[in-house]
Amino acid sequence: MNIAVCLKQVPGTTKVEIDPQTNTLVRQGIENIVNPFDTYALEEGVRLRERYGGKVTAISMGPPQAEAILRDALATGADEAVLLSDAAFAGADTWATAYTLSRAVDKLGPCDIVICGRQTIDGDTGQVGPELAEILGFTFVSYVSQVEEIDGEHMRLKRLMGERYEILEALLPAVITVVKEINTPRLPSLRGMAKAKSATIPVWGAEELEVDGNKIGLTGSATRVIKVFFPQRTQRAEILEGELPGQVDYLIDRLREANLI
Amino acid sequence: MEYFLSEQQREIKSLARRIAEERILPVRAELDENEEFPWAITKDMADSDMFRVFIPEEYEGLGGGCLELCLVMEELSRVCSGVALGYAATALGSYSLVEYGTEEQKKKYLPLIASGEKLTAFALTESTAGSDATNIKTTAVPEDGNYIINGTKQFITNGGDAELYTVVALTNPEKGIRGASTFLVEKDTPGFSFGKKEKKMGVRASSTRELVFRNCSVPRENMIGREGMGFPIVMRLLDRSRPGVGAQSVGIAQGALEAAVDYARERVQFEHPIIALQAVQQMLADMAIGVEAARLLVYGVARTIDSGAKSYTEESAMAKVFASDMAMRVTTDAVQVMGGAGYMRDYPVEKMMRDAKITQIYEGSNQTLRTAIAFELRKRKGRRE
Repeated sequence: MNIAVCLKQVPGTTKVEIDPQTNTLVRQGIENIVNPFDTYALEEGVRLRERYGGKVTAISMGPPQAEAILRDALATGADEAVLLSDAAFAGADTWATAYTLSRAVDKLGPCDIVICGRQTIDGDTGQVGPELAEILGFTFVSYVSQVEEIDGEHMRLKRLMGERYEILEALLPAVITVVKEINTPRLPSLRGMAKAKSATIPVWGAEELEVDGNKIGLTGSATRVIKVFFPQRTQRAEILEGELPGQVDYLIDRLREANLI
Repeated sequence: MEYFLSEQQREIKSLARRIAEERILPVRAELDENEEFPWAITKDMADSDMFRVFIPEEYEGLGGGCLELCLVMEELSRVCSGVALGYAATALGSYSLVEYGTEEQKKKYLPLIASGEKLTAFALTESTAGSDATNIKTTAVPEDGNYIINGTKQFITNGGDAELYTVVALTNPEKGIRGASTFLVEKDTPGFSFGKKEKKMGVRASSTRELVFRNCSVPRENMIGREGMGFPIVMRLLDRSRPGVGAQSVGIAQGALEAAVDYARERVQFEHPIIALQAVQQMLADMAIGVEAARLLVYGVARTIDSGAKSYTEESAMAKVFASDMAMRVTTDAVQVMGGAGYMRDYPVEKMMRDAKITQIYEGSNQTLRTAIAFELRKRKGRRE
């Protein structure tokens, strides 16, 4: 089974600041880590390989220093790793990122499962996984909390949906995004660290991936960030009193007003 | 302090610290309270290749020496020396094979130890033989190409949980100190059973049991080293493993020092954090000096052993005695600095104080080891090159 795991290097969680002038993340002097949700994706990939055989390839798109998280991935069980890095990829939104990743998945050859974390802790959109599935034409299942079984063409999955879970059967090939309930990521091994240190991690740019130049980086991004701000959470509740028929009339009026019915 | 560690040694140390902080710290109080054997942590350590550290590369290990083992011991013990002890006992139980095993024995067993699939234990102590190790009563009598073992071993770390046991027994009781041999005994051998699990003062995440041998038949090829070499072998193995107890002591003391300093910075009395009080400062400084001095002695002796030194009884005894006495003092002072809070189980230092005590007792009591050091001093008239 060929498994690809997508990883992203993100700023360490506790120290994120937003530049009020540019509305972008202040990245100077910030320690970079692997997106925590992606560590569950990698662990699940490695466990599936241990169960069903095959190969796990870790993919990351990012600046050259993102190679560090790929070496960690190799030390933690990935068989191979590839870095997608090119100045032309810079400024990509989720769609351009998903497109670029899809080219890499294609280039790797036949792929059965692509695993991503449910979202990143910097962008927080949770969009790259589903977009990647869309572009690749793969089945997509989000919030997977357990891979129960894979038999040839299908996989049985459990996914977490707020206060319930669903058991799904999905056709392969598939892209899944996973939640942290799915496993406990292992620590690196000393042998893995030695292997990771000497491993060659190929770097694929726009040329190697044979991408359409209009679909990558800032050029390929339909999204423009206008403003980043901390949302103000407001929860308003209205308690109705009086006779029941009156309450019902009032409620219907309020719902109509809000265009909800 | 610059400890001149190689890149690989730093990696081993930092990975051991991650295991300790991420996997052991959240459960250490529970393991101590319930006297549980830490199987889940053992699995994590195996997956991270910690059991490969002390096994030669030819047998799927990483070929680390005494220093590498000490680094792991120190980091594990900084968080929980009970967990660390189970690991150390496996190292000691495998040394006999590494140092004296035949090629067949090494090929058969060492890869299983390296992968963490089988834990080991070392069985010398008996009810009549503590410091006087030569007074063991367990016998191994040859019969049809096998040896029949009878006797009871006491206070055996990993007893019952390990799969492989290095057992010292008398093959020729008349010959006294030259009449003992060393055997490898597998857990499921008929005639081999376990007594009750001991309830201990400290290191409670490790298991300690009696080993009971009743006409336990062990094939001749399980003898480790030559017949009659049992005592020289175990004395040599213990010389090699004692810096590990030193490292365990350093780790315990380091953990206690950190807890005491953290507390002293936070705890306000007389309108100031108590770390501003000279009385507390003097104690903390002495604790830090002790930890650092012991660490350097342990690393120095470990490096001496790894350099291929022929004899290191004296040095290894010094590392163990100095570090363990230091750990007892530092953990006691950590409880003192933390006062009533330190005495409570909500804080980790009372456990560290209980744990530290054993380091002065096992692998040669500090009194016995001082005698050994004095014996060497007498031989070399105290001179050093």
